[in-house]
Amino acid sequence: MVLAGVGAGVLAVRRMTTRQVGDGAARVARDRWYTVTVNRPPEEVAPTGRLPEPLTRLGDAVEVRIRPAPGGRGTELAARPRTGGPSGLGGAVARAAGSDPRQAVRTALRQAKQLAETGEVLEPDTPPTSRRTLRNLPLELATRRARGEGRL
Amino acid sequence: MRALVWEGVNEVAVEQVSDPQVQNRQDAILKVKLSSVCGSDLHQLSGYIPFMRAGDVIGHEFMGEIVEVGPEVRRHQVGDRVVVCSVIACGRCWFCEKGLFSLCENGNTNPAITQSMWGYHPAGIFGYSHAMGGFKGSHAEYVRLPFADQIAFPIPDGVDDMTALFASDSAPTGWMGADMGGVQPGDVVAVWGCGAVGQMAARAAQLLGAERVILIDRFDYRLQMAERELGAEVLNYERTDIDGELRERTGGRGPDVCIEAIGMEAHTPGPTYRYEQAKQLLRLETDRPHALRQAILACRKAGTVFVLGVFAGMVDKFPMGAVMNKGLTLRSAQQHGERYIPMLLERMARGELKTAHLATHPMSLDEGPRGYDLFKNKKDGCVRSVFHP
Repeated sequence: MVLAGVGAGVLAVRRMTTRQVGDGAARVARDRWYTVTVNRPPEEVAPTGRLPEPLTRLGDAVEVRIRPAPGGRGTELAARPRTGGPSGLGGAVARAAGSDPRQAVRTALRQAKQLAETGEVLEPDTPPTSRRTLRNLPLELATRRARGEGRL
Repeated sequence: MRALVWEGVNEVAVEQVSDPQVQNRQDAILKVKLSSVCGSDLHQLSGYIPFMRAGDVIGHEFMGEIVEVGPEVRRHQVGDRVVVCSVIACGRCWFCEKGLFSLCENGNTNPAITQSMWGYHPAGIFGYSHAMGGFKGSHAEYVRLPFADQIAFPIPDGVDDMTALFASDSAPTGWMGADMGGVQPGDVVAVWGCGAVGQMAARAAQLLGAERVILIDRFDYRLQMAERELGAEVLNYERTDIDGELRERTGGRGPDVCIEAIGMEAHTPGPTYRYEQAKQLLRLETDRPHALRQAILACRKAGTVFVLGVFAGMVDKFPMGAVMNKGLTLRSAQQHGERYIPMLLERMARGELKTAHLATHPMSLDEGPRGYDLFKNKKDGCVRSVFHP
């Protein structure tokens, strides 16, 4: 029964993965634009065409696209690494190490959005908990990379 | 400072932890005067929210006094007596501007976790796991308030601390269920769960004009409290056929609005409960939706079911056929407290909304583990343990 449950879980994950990057779409996924909608007009997000500072920091390593969001919802701010990102085992290692260029893009987009909307980048509570334990380690690693991961 | 921390499954302890600091220019530091337990803490306590780390400070319903402000805090100053919304929202993103504060884009510093689970991330919540930002909770002497201007609200002079405390979470959560559930004058409203949130949802329904409000639970002391304090009708589901009773009381129509205020660890009499507990333990489903199923089946055709109880993952045997074929509206949210708290404080000041009776067990922070034992195991008539650090 447990195995059946685990199996179902694996299947569900595999289906999600297939939807996102499978069936020959992996290359497309690596080239995907990562996007946030900023609740400010384009002229505030990129005054006189100047990019938000967190994206400027990434220099020529990224392409950036800015366009008005429909329905007066502000500005769609998109970016992607010029070189794509590593895949397979190398990709997993890069993600764990925090050196996957897509993580930098996601982080920069989130920071640009926060700065434009609130004027600051919200910092997590520090220290994040009162002590480190071996059991806590996977969650600690996950939260350390959380700003550069997720679905953007 | 001293704080009540999560140590592991069903284990909490009072420990020394580091004092909070102003980390952002819009932060404030609050000296906590009162901090309440909440039913949703129990999901963390029981290990059903797998994003806790040993040593995490818990608690998210609180009030106190501001003792420090960051340079960009404009609406508050040191010495202000405030109640703080449990939901950390920026107040300026698209969702906040629409009043959907618990969907704030900027209040959760760990967006990846919930984006991976649910597609998009909700706001941060104090003391509510690293999936909700990992912010330290309020069962402590001090707590950091991010976006302090947006989430802290001055308490009117005529409102005492214990009354104001519940404007932090349970009163706005309950109000949201009735408001966004679309309660209209003349409606019959049924509420599953007679804890603080359920009682506040029932009171909100009354204030919004519902003609009859029926609360459902299995603990007589809670039902008696609702009868006494709210004048609501009550049903004990261990002694009553709820579906039949609701049909009889509504002329065969069913309640217009059904509010579920129990969540992922619901109980039901009979073997189904054991079956679902086993599945949950084996992680074959993460949440037990007994009350939600009953609410969906009991609701009148074209009625509304509002889910206030916290769910985290997957449920089994969800009656989607009833939702579709009865034309139900199904809504839910973590509370959009910032939208309601000022209005609720005014109602408290006018005496329309009484909450202090919910604090059945006030005690010191050092008694925190006992407070959670009383609350979790429904001992000694406990509705809420409230700590004063």
